[in-house]
Amino acid sequence: MSQVLENNVDVSTAAISIQHLNHYYGQGSLRKQVLFDINLHIDRGEIIILTGPSGSGKTTLLTLMGCLRSVQDGSLNILGQELRHASKAEMTLSRRNIGYIFQAHNLLNFLTAYQNVEMALELQDMTAAEANTRIQTVLSAVGLEHRMNYYPSDLSGGQKQRVAIARALVSQPQIILADEPTAALDKKSGRDVVEIMEKLAKEQGCTILLVTHDNRILDLADLIIYMEDGCLVDRADVAAIVR
Amino acid sequence: MSQKKKPLFLSWLQLRKERARLLVAIAGISFADVLMFLQMGFRGALFSSAVEFHNSLNGEIVMLSNRSRSLISLDRFTERRLYQVTGITGVESVTPIYLNSMQWRNPENKEIWDIYVIGINPEYQVLNIPGVEANREKLRQPDTALFNLGSRSEFGAIAQRFQAGEKITTEINERNIQIAGLFKLSPTFGINAYLVTSDVNFLRMAPSRQSGLIDVGVIKLKPDANVQTVLTEMRSRLPNDVKAMTREDYAKAEVAFWNASTPVGYTFDLGVVIAFIVGAVIVYQILYSDVTDHLPEYATLKAMGFRDRYLLIVVFQESLILAALGFLPGTAIALSIYRITNLATMLPMTMDLGRIVFVFILTVLMSSFSAAMAVRKLQTADPADIF
Repeated sequence: MSQVLENNVDVSTAAISIQHLNHYYGQGSLRKQVLFDINLHIDRGEIIILTGPSGSGKTTLLTLMGCLRSVQDGSLNILGQELRHASKAEMTLSRRNIGYIFQAHNLLNFLTAYQNVEMALELQDMTAAEANTRIQTVLSAVGLEHRMNYYPSDLSGGQKQRVAIARALVSQPQIILADEPTAALDKKSGRDVVEIMEKLAKEQGCTILLVTHDNRILDLADLIIYMEDGCLVDRADVAAIVR
Repeated sequence: MSQKKKPLFLSWLQLRKERARLLVAIAGISFADVLMFLQMGFRGALFSSAVEFHNSLNGEIVMLSNRSRSLISLDRFTERRLYQVTGITGVESVTPIYLNSMQWRNPENKEIWDIYVIGINPEYQVLNIPGVEANREKLRQPDTALFNLGSRSEFGAIAQRFQAGEKITTEINERNIQIAGLFKLSPTFGINAYLVTSDVNFLRMAPSRQSGLIDVGVIKLKPDANVQTVLTEMRSRLPNDVKAMTREDYAKAEVAFWNASTPVGYTFDLGVVIAFIVGAVIVYQILYSDVTDHLPEYATLKAMGFRDRYLLIVVFQESLILAALGFLPGTAIALSIYRITNLATMLPMTMDLGRIVFVFILTVLMSSFSAAMAVRKLQTADPADIF
């Protein structure tokens, strides 16, 4: 099971392992600490929901775990790779193991739904037939088998977000990081989207970390982490705070 | 059986999605290409027309006054210098040519225009121009001349009327002359039309010209003679009031005169540079706004683990696709403008493969340069900002 760490734990089996992580924005006298001594251990195959008020540092933590920012202080280990002191090229390579789902769908507007999903396979070596099967399967799984050749501008918000999920899942990443994936969606499609993520993740055995304010989907999580003012609140209190 | 998945042709897909922008880019590059082709075409036409006379001379070596610079900047020398070299081993024959601008009266509207008159000995084949070759013996008749097919319309529709069988007489330097045949030489930037006549007729038309003071001497060598050897021997024998050179050097000197001693060469070169800059600015504008519009998408790709290099290649590919797509219509338009210009001005506007390749290379350079400027914007695509 996952746990908020107090001290060293075996990291080899962990999807994400964080110890004494601090992070700052700005320089000199404007320097402001946004993350305080974060310790976290997430096992493979779990669904974690990270929640908390705006400005509490959730997104900063997410971008650090996603290798989109450099680690300044402390240790951050993703899938056995230490990101402290990682070079730019190493960070770029690490990103390939992670599927991202963004608040805004961030699809490439000049590509069709099919091509957007195909983009995620550009970085992998595979046959045309296998790629085609995977793309068709994942787009069918999100219920878009009849919209494959539509451009994003011709899709609804929920459909676009489902394409984004298909794109994140098609390369079968070991970790999926999602930032408010349901924010732009109504209640029904929001829940649908998360259920699709959960189903596909379970099939593929990947770890999902969701940042959300959306109380309607909290029950899908294996673990809920609450964050406030740059600190993780102790796990024992989380249920009380959230529910 | 298992074929590798083909990579997505991202650059083309991106260009294709924005039809209007793509068309503007293609139009801009075509425009720049047309401008470059035209400048080079005019320059080429100027030079090739300027040396048509030189290249037609039937002899390996040319003798000129030391002060001659160009067909439009001549000086005379005595033909004795020409006959002085007949004794040199290897020389087969020498022929004098008289050149002078004269006043031609358009027989249709009586307007007077300057015409460039070439006086040759009709007994020798001095000019390798088909019309002159066929008709030179007719010039033994007094007061006859051959008219230039490529002349501008200011001189009257002489060629058409002659070909229709009409007998054409007009005044040259107030002397009645009959047209006895036609030949073809293109007008140049300095000469609007040519007339070929015999040396005897030439001196009749130009009473101010003295017999024996010639403008160009043509020296034909025996087939087994070595041009350089003869030339060296010639130079050692001749005083320095005349100069001897190969026919090729004579043509080169004419081109060099137009290039360096007139503003013409510079003007056209500058035109090419400006067309290049205009094209580069257009491509830069297009690529820059394209990159700017797609920054969030590029940032997304970076977050997905694509290297910066991948995005650089996309932008450079876009620039090369634009270069190729703009080059094709640009070349087609330039070819039609060449044709129209040739019909309107008689300038020999011809396209050659070397120029096509050169303009294509310039287009690619122009586009790559613009891409190199536009990709600097890519660095601002920060994947950390997209969450």
